[in-house]
Amino acid sequence: MSSSNQKRMELVCPAGTPAALRAAADAGADAIYCGFANETNARNFPGLNFSSEELAKGVSYAHARGAKVLVAINTFAQAGQTCVWEKAVDDAAAAGADAVIAADLAVLDHAASRQPDLRLHLSVQAAANTPEAIRFYAETFGVKRVVLPRVVSVPEIAALNREIGVETEVFVFGGLCVMTEGRCSLSSFATGKSPNLTGVCSPPDHVDYKEDQSGRLQARLGGFTIDSFESGHAAGYPTLCKGQFSALGKSGYLFEDPVSLNAFELLEDLSKAGVTALKIEGRQRGKAYIAGVVRAFRQAVDGLESGIDARSAIAALKSFSEGGQQTAGSYKKTWR
Amino acid sequence: MVNSSPIELALGPCLFNWSAEVLLDFYKRIAEEAPIDRVYVGEVVCGKRMPFTDSVWPDVIEILTGAGKKAVLSTLSQPVNKRERQILLNQAEYDMAIEINDMSMVPACNGRQFTVGPFLNVYNETSLGFLAKRGALTWCPPVELSLDAIQKVTALVPEVEVELFAFGRLPLALSSRCYHARAHGLRKDSCQFICERDPDGMDVATLEGRRFLAANGIQTMSDACHFSGLTSGHLNSIGIRRLRLSPHTTDMVQVSKLYRRYLDGLVDAEEFESLLEEQNLPGPLCNAYLSGEAGWKRTAIPA
Repeated sequence: MSSSNQKRMELVCPAGTPAALRAAADAGADAIYCGFANETNARNFPGLNFSSEELAKGVSYAHARGAKVLVAINTFAQAGQTCVWEKAVDDAAAAGADAVIAADLAVLDHAASRQPDLRLHLSVQAAANTPEAIRFYAETFGVKRVVLPRVVSVPEIAALNREIGVETEVFVFGGLCVMTEGRCSLSSFATGKSPNLTGVCSPPDHVDYKEDQSGRLQARLGGFTIDSFESGHAAGYPTLCKGQFSALGKSGYLFEDPVSLNAFELLEDLSKAGVTALKIEGRQRGKAYIAGVVRAFRQAVDGLESGIDARSAIAALKSFSEGGQQTAGSYKKTWR
Repeated sequence: MVNSSPIELALGPCLFNWSAEVLLDFYKRIAEEAPIDRVYVGEVVCGKRMPFTDSVWPDVIEILTGAGKKAVLSTLSQPVNKRERQILLNQAEYDMAIEINDMSMVPACNGRQFTVGPFLNVYNETSLGFLAKRGALTWCPPVELSLDAIQKVTALVPEVEVELFAFGRLPLALSSRCYHARAHGLRKDSCQFICERDPDGMDVATLEGRRFLAANGIQTMSDACHFSGLTSGHLNSIGIRRLRLSPHTTDMVQVSKLYRRYLDGLVDAEEFESLLEEQNLPGPLCNAYLSGEAGWKRTAIPA
């Protein structure tokens, strides 16, 4: 693919609240993704997400500013309750959403058969990372775009795009799942709440902080110590895959350091690899994060064409990253 | 009507990096001595391990089939490159029963019967019904799914038989990163197959030394050893036809005999659990996923 026919990549931004949606639209998002305030989406945290009315208003606000709204209905429907997930799809269509992002066969099947005019995106939670899996979802349900699991490197994304007929979307900034999305039961093992079924990973009501004998603060999940912090220092949230554990007689960050994804340096490579859309994580984050990150990435994406340097805008995002540390994650093969 | 035929036993695929010799000896003994009805064979976790064991599977299948056991080929849960994708496509053509663990395999298996493995995200009746129309014959639910949820699904999709994950460290997560390699200061691409050092997985404890998880290459497992202490009557009433025992270095012949005796009503629940604990288990017993609670817990579930 020559650079002349590379389209400008779309910037897909998170919104956990109507205010965040407006902030994202104002900061230049091409598309905004959000979810309903229940277990049908993978950011089901207290105080977050949208009612049907809020969604309809959000769609109007975004459309007036040239932005699309994508509704994440990307958990797996609970047995005997698939109607809750089906209703979410119908409500998203009724609110005028531009697409639904889904992972479960039950949800995809309902959307494809009952809302044939509604565009379907395959959620990262479906963990489809081979041409065979992606073609299956495209041919069976008419999926138009796949959000790639964070298990692939940039050359692999390029190879994948040559073999599939649908658009690809990749995460470029924010929280990073270390495990393959949708294929992790660590949080349910510790707490009993399945992220796949309830949309909550490391649920706040199972988190507590406890001082040990030496005065260090232990961050715990389901009673298991996930990390330990020096007294007086800011204690991080106990996300299981970014905790410290001991193995082989040593202690440390066994799975991943407490880092966030920042693939800014790879934007040009991602564009050359044929990626259609860039996704920013963070529906649980506040307006300031949304406005700051969206504006910086807007500059960065536009800068690929105009040549304007967005490095200082991106560098200023460091404070938004977990522990202030950033990584390019699986996009660089050495991460593995 | 509730089915009252005896609950069968299955041996799940070996999730660990065992050598070809160890695998051959293991399955020989299973074939000769274990009261197991079906055996899942093949590498499920890491495609890099495949070249070391590829040659052993035809013999293993022949030995198992010769002993009257049904051999099912279980397939890679996370294919990541061309070679692994091609292996899956080839396997879909084999003239033997197959278990799929990644959606990549659904189109390749179109028109043939298959088992839906525990690595597929099938959590509800609609998803299972969808796969049943495409050839799904057996379903091993994700390990975190509760008995209540399984029962709801079996009631609505009775044409698919259900096999419950019933013994072994719980497979909890997959990643593109290899934690064995990382713990040894290596990378996945140059891993030196270091996971072979831990035939039951590498123990992972909390900072205070509390047992918690186990690493097995790109897979993360529970430290605790999951078990099902449900009687045949209870399993039948839920619609479960078979229990899946996941291989460990403990004596799997003894473990399977113990399950058989318990399912046949020859030992009671209390004795079953205490005899199970006498085995050289990879971790303490746990079972609470079955009741919809945190998987690491051990809880009293009515037998």
